[in-house]
Amino acid sequence: MRLRSGVAIAALLAAALAACATTGGTTGQTPASSSAASPAPLLQGLDPATTLDPFPSTYQPLPRRDAAIVGATVFTGDGRRFDNGVVVMQDGRITAVGGADTPIPAGAQRIDGRGRFVTPGVIDAHSHLGVYPSPGIAATSDGNEMTGPNQAGVWSEHALWPQDPGFNRAREGGVTTLMILPGSGNLFGGRSVTVRNVPSVSMQGMKFPGAPYGLKMACGENPPRTYGARNQSPATGMGNVAGYRTGWIEAQNYRRRWDEYRQKVERGERADPPTRDLRLETLAGVLSGDILVQNHCYRADEMMLMLDVAREFGYRITTFHHASEAYKIAPVLARENICSAIWGSGWWGFKLESFDGIEENAAILQQAGACVVIHSDDANLIQRLNQETAMAVSAARRAGIEVSDEQAISWFTLNPARALGIADQTGSLTPGKRADVVLWSAHPLSVYARADQVFIDGAVAFDRSDPRTRAASDYELGQPGREPR
Amino acid sequence: MFAKLKTLAAAAALSLVCASAAHAQDVAVTNARIITMGPQGTVERGTIVIRGGRVTAVGADVRAPDGVQVIDAQGGTVTPGIVAVDSALGGLELSSEVSTNDVLQSSNTLSAAFDVSWGLDPDSVAIPVARLGGITRAIVMPQHAGAAALAHEHDTAGAGAGGFHTPGMFAGQAAAIHLGEGMDIIVQPRVAMVAPFGAAGANIAGGARGAQFVLFKAIMDEVRLYQRNRAAYDRGGVRQLMLSTADLEALIPVAEGRMPLVVEVNRASDILAVLRLAREENLRIILNGAQEGWRVADEIAAARVPVILNPLADLPGSFETRGATLENAARLHAAGVTLAFRDSEGGNYRVRETRIHAGNAVANGLPYQAALEAITVNPARMFGLDSRFGSLQQGRDGDLVIWNGDPLEPLTWATQVVIRGVPQPMDARNLQLARRYAQGGVYPPAYRN
Repeated sequence: MRLRSGVAIAALLAAALAACATTGGTTGQTPASSSAASPAPLLQGLDPATTLDPFPSTYQPLPRRDAAIVGATVFTGDGRRFDNGVVVMQDGRITAVGGADTPIPAGAQRIDGRGRFVTPGVIDAHSHLGVYPSPGIAATSDGNEMTGPNQAGVWSEHALWPQDPGFNRAREGGVTTLMILPGSGNLFGGRSVTVRNVPSVSMQGMKFPGAPYGLKMACGENPPRTYGARNQSPATGMGNVAGYRTGWIEAQNYRRRWDEYRQKVERGERADPPTRDLRLETLAGVLSGDILVQNHCYRADEMMLMLDVAREFGYRITTFHHASEAYKIAPVLARENICSAIWGSGWWGFKLESFDGIEENAAILQQAGACVVIHSDDANLIQRLNQETAMAVSAARRAGIEVSDEQAISWFTLNPARALGIADQTGSLTPGKRADVVLWSAHPLSVYARADQVFIDGAVAFDRSDPRTRAASDYELGQPGREPR
Repeated sequence: MFAKLKTLAAAAALSLVCASAAHAQDVAVTNARIITMGPQGTVERGTIVIRGGRVTAVGADVRAPDGVQVIDAQGGTVTPGIVAVDSALGGLELSSEVSTNDVLQSSNTLSAAFDVSWGLDPDSVAIPVARLGGITRAIVMPQHAGAAALAHEHDTAGAGAGGFHTPGMFAGQAAAIHLGEGMDIIVQPRVAMVAPFGAAGANIAGGARGAQFVLFKAIMDEVRLYQRNRAAYDRGGVRQLMLSTADLEALIPVAEGRMPLVVEVNRASDILAVLRLAREENLRIILNGAQEGWRVADEIAAARVPVILNPLADLPGSFETRGATLENAARLHAAGVTLAFRDSEGGNYRVRETRIHAGNAVANGLPYQAALEAITVNPARMFGLDSRFGSLQQGRDGDLVIWNGDPLEPLTWATQVVIRGVPQPMDARNLQLARRYAQGGVYPPAYRN
C-alpha cells in the first residue's frame, strides 16, 4: 500500500528528483511535512501537505464470519491452481489456501465448493460506473469536465453517484474492486478513484482505504475532437503532446516553489507560500510517484511518444488503457513494466485509432512477458470480465500461442490489482490479503459460469441463492419489474 | 503456431480454387456432430453433402459422393451458419467517419423508401472478421437518426404542408446478405421496414409518444388512400399528402402486411401500444429491443409477434428500460415468443460475439436449443427466408460452420466456415495483424506479409 506519511512522500520525491536530474530541479531535502516546526502555519486548506486525504475513506466491511470454501477448483490469481482446494477466510483476510489437506480452523463455516471454482474477486481497472451511471441522461453525465484540456484538478470521486444500479450488476458478476476514471475528452482528465464494490450512501463509504489515486491522461483522437471543433488547442496530435509537456513544466515549477518555500521555513527564514493549485497538485503527485498515471492510448506510435514524455519529466506510466495496438510494442511494454488494460474480445473499428484492435492482443502481450489486464470501460461488460478474458484466451489458442487458464485468471484479478497499485492488498488468494473471493458455478472461462457467491473482505456481498443478499440501490426501489428479481 | 495457421489458410484458399475449377459449391463434411436445426434434429456422428451450393443430404449413413471435396470435421460440431440481425455489415466501415456510413440517412424527403441494399460494400473488412466468427448471413438494417440528441438539433415538428422534417418516421428498408467471398452479397433487398418507437419515435412527432401513434396512423391512411387512387394522385386529384411518392410506394407492402415492420421499442407500455397499433392497422411487426418484453410476454406471444433482443441488456440505462433483466430471453421463450438475438454493438465489428450472447441467455435460463434457434433458424424465419437458410436440411443453402467445441462457448472457435457450398478462407485482416506482430524479424513488420 502506498503510504501517506510525509516521510514516504519525501523519499519518493527524492527518488523522482534523482531520476530527472537533468531538469535541474531543486537539490535540497524536502521536509517531512509542514510540521510543528513551521513558524507560521498556513491557513487551513492552503498547505497541500496537510490535506493529502481530504475525502477520507469511511469504508467498513459488511458483517462477516470466518469461513472456508472446501472442495472447489481454486485459481489463486497468481498463477497457481489447487484441484479439490481449500480457501480459508478469517477476520476478513485470506489465512490459508491449499489442497484438500489444508487445515480448517474450528468455528469456520464450511462452504461446499465441490464441482465449483474459486478465483480472487474480479477487479476492473477501467470503469465509469457512478460517473456515467444508469440512467444515462444529461443530468448524470458526470465523467468528462470538457471545459479545458488540462483538468488534472477534478476528481472522479466528486461525481460518483453511489446509487448507480450498475455497481450491483457488477457485483453479481464477481466484481469486488474497481477503478472509476474520468473520461478521455481531456489531455489530463482528472483523478481516478478506486472503490470497494459495496453498497453505500456515500462515495467515501466505498473508497478503497489507502489505494493510490490515478491520473487519467488521454492520447489520440478524443481531445482534438473536443477542442479542435471549438478552435482551441489541442486540435491535433501535435497540440496533444505540447499540452502534456506544458502541464508537466508547470508542475515541476510548482514543486520547486513549494520545495523552496519549505526550505526557507525549515531554515527559519521569512517565506511567502505558493498558492495551492489543484491541477498542479495532482500533476506534482505524479512526479513524486504518489499518483499513478492511467493513460488512455490506442495506438502504438502514440504510446511510444508518451513513454518519451514520461522520461522527459521523470514520471512513470503505470497502465495504458484500451491500448488496442499494445501488441505492436509488446516487448517494450514488458521491458518498461507497463500494464495494458484492454478488451479481451478485441473491440475495434469504432474509430481509426481502434481499427487495428485484435482479439490476439492479450496473447501477444502475454507471450512477450507484458502485464495483461482485461478491462471493461462499459457498465454491461464489467459484469462478464471472465468471459471477456475467455475470448482472448480462445484467440490465443487459435493462434497457437500458449496461455494457461491460471495465467488468464490473473488478467482480471492480480494484474489489475497491480495496475491500480493495490496488489499488496488484493488480487490474489494469498494469506494476509483481503478476502475478496468469488465462488463460480462453473469454470470461470465458460459462458455458463455465474458468480454464485461474492465475498468482499470475507463478508458475503452477494449470494445468488439468497435473495436477501441481492442489493438494490435506492434508485431501483419501486421501479417497474424489480419485484421478482 | 501462426505458420501452421497460415498454411491452413492457404490450403483452404487452394481448395477453394480447386473447388471452383471442378465442382463449384460442392462439398461434403464428414465425421461431424451435426446440429441441423431442422427436422433431423442433431445427428451425433454423420456427414452432410452440399452440391451446387445446396444441402443434398444429411445423416449418419450418408456417404460423401466421389469427386466432391471432403472436409473431415474430426468429431467437431457443425451448425448452420449464424444469422446476424440488426446488423450494419457492409454498410459501415469506420463508425466515426460518416462518409463510410451507408446505413443512416437524414434526408428531408426520403424516409421509408431508403433502401440500404444499394449502398452495401462487399469489400468491407468487417465482413471477413465476422465470417471467421461463424456469421454467414446478416439482416442489414438501416439505423435511425431519431435519437434524443438529434431531436434537439432539428425541427422535428412532424407533418405539415411542407412534408416531414428531419428525421423521418422510418429508418428505411433492411436487406438480407450473405458473407461469402465475392461481390454478390445481396440475398434479398427490402426484407423489412424499420421504424423507431418509444422516446426516439416520439421525437419525430414533436416529442410525445401519443403524437407519434396518431401520426403513424395518419401515414397508414395516406398510404392506403394513395394505393387506391394512384391515377388520381398522378393527376393531382388527391389531397396533398405528407409523404413523398417514393415513401408512399415503399409503405404499400407494410400497409398490406406483406413486409414486416421492425419496431424498435423497449418499454412495456410502449410494446402494448405497438401491439394495438399493429392489430388496428393489420401490420406484421417484429419487436426489436424489447428490454421490458418479459413483463408483457403473454400479450406478445398471443399476438404471435417475434422479438429481436440483446440477451445481455440488463441495465436501467434509460427510462424505457427500467425493467431490463438478463432473464428477458428465458421468460419470453417460456411464454412462447419466437426470439432472435442481436449483439451489443450494432452488428458489425463485434457481431462475432452473438453466439456468446446466446450462451449467456442459456446461463440465465433459456433452453440450449432455443438459444441456437435464436441465432440461426429464427432470424431466417422472421424475415421470410427460412426456406433458403437457417437450418441444415435438403434444399437449403449450404451454409455451415465447423466448431471445435460447444458453439456457444468463448473458448470454442470456428475451424471452417462454408457459405453456399463454398469453403471460405479462414483468414481476415485481424489475423494478418496478429501474425505480423506475433513473430519477430530483422526487417520491420511492414515486410512481414
